Amino acid sequence: MSWTPADPMVSINNVHKSFGELKVLNGVSLDVMKGDVICIIGPSGSGKSTLIRCVNALNDIQQGSILVEGQEVNDAKLDKLELRKKVGMVFQQYNLFPHKTALQNVMMAPIRVLKQDKASAEAKARALLKKVRLEGKEDAYPGELSGGQQQRVAIARSLAMQPDVMLFDEVTAALDPETVGEVLQTIKDLAEEGMTCILVTHEMGFAREVADHIYFTDRGVIVEHGPPDTFFQNAQDPRTQEFLSQIL
Amino acid sequence: MIGGFLTTLKLSAVCLFFSVIIGVVGAWLQGSSFKWTRRFVNGYIQLFRNTPPLVQLYFFYFAIGTLLPTVENDWGGESPLLGNFAWAAISLSFFAGAFNVEIFRSGIEAVPKSTVEAAEALGFTKLQIYKDITLPLAFRVALPALNNNLVNLVKTTTLAYAIAVPDLLYESNQIWSDNVNVTEMMIFLLIAYFVLVGVLVAGMNRWERSLKIPGYG
Repeated sequence: MSWTPADPMVSINNVHKSFGELKVLNGVSLDVMKGDVICIIGPSGSGKSTLIRCVNALNDIQQGSILVEGQEVNDAKLDKLELRKKVGMVFQQYNLFPHKTALQNVMMAPIRVLKQDKASAEAKARALLKKVRLEGKEDAYPGELSGGQQQRVAIARSLAMQPDVMLFDEVTAALDPETVGEVLQTIKDLAEEGMTCILVTHEMGFAREVADHIYFTDRGVIVEHGPPDTFFQNAQDPRTQEFLSQIL
Repeated sequence: MIGGFLTTLKLSAVCLFFSVIIGVVGAWLQGSSFKWTRRFVNGYIQLFRNTPPLVQLYFFYFAIGTLLPTVENDWGGESPLLGNFAWAAISLSFFAGAFNVEIFRSGIEAVPKSTVEAAEALGFTKLQIYKDITLPLAFRVALPALNNNLVNLVKTTTLAYAIAVPDLLYESNQIWSDNVNVTEMMIFLLIAYFVLVGVLVAGMNRWERSLKIPGYG
């Protein structure tokens, strides 16, 4: 049974995960098709971030299955390197390499991991930095950039690996309000180009605008999901209604 | 005299080099997922940190040195496989290396886990992460402490005197035994080491500054 682009890009099935006694994911299932943009929202501690961290095996799961392009992630023999070539990830705290310039941050993984030659990696890195509107900042160190700029470098760094799916873990949560917009615009551009994206976010307006599908999680389960318009206007579950009334 | 100075310089350089290598490799092994590897490294650190360097030197030279086979020398006689210089270098490298492992470990622990995670998510292997991310960052944190330990190491090379390595101290001793210029020799020794260590410290400080990352730390 081999994977075809008509199958879900990411297929999460009945995933359970606990940290010691604490059950974080309690039977989560969802499918993401190629080109889909899905947003996972929910109160803090509901397991959103854990869920997407499981997709690229930064966290392991105890039960259930996660397929990325047909490759089982919950497998002791998993080739993590292969998986991570397919899945890019952007973090809340950017996590750039502080001792490398913006350009080096973007070039490093293609050279080290994909074994690209330096010249072509550099050309691609420059193009990517231009794409995230950071032309002229190539030689700046992360410490010299604003949060929004750093986060865009982090997005470019992830894109340099030419992933098929991008995971965004609350990427605007640590930013100053005035730089949130530039990062969201970058993600929106990506989504419009057809990149498959899974976002964990607290930006409801943004979720509504870019997402094809919204998932609301609470206490380790998906409480409710649906297309943004239906979801935001016509939430059925009382927990969803309460959450939305608090933040909208 | 010049020979003594060169011996001290050479012994210091060799020990600096190997003790740093031991520190880097030891700190890497300490992060190993194998319990016995970690235990081995910790045992090594305990052994060399909790015993006097002079005792270690004697142990290497007189206990281990005499167990090794001898080789025929240029004059047809038997001489030990490793001479006193080699034993001093080995012993002092292990001694300073034990401290360097701990120094590098503290640096490694200061590297945010999230930065390492980002590299993992990009598909870096464990070794690549250590070499390209963890070590360069840990190094910057560890440099002041490393600086200190290396200064101590240069000063500790004088212990090689005890196994008759012809270093600066040993040679000076030869001279002051032959002549009646003890005071002058003492002043000279003090100044010579002061200058030697001063040059090392200046070099390390310069290095520290050159590694400074704009906007970081």
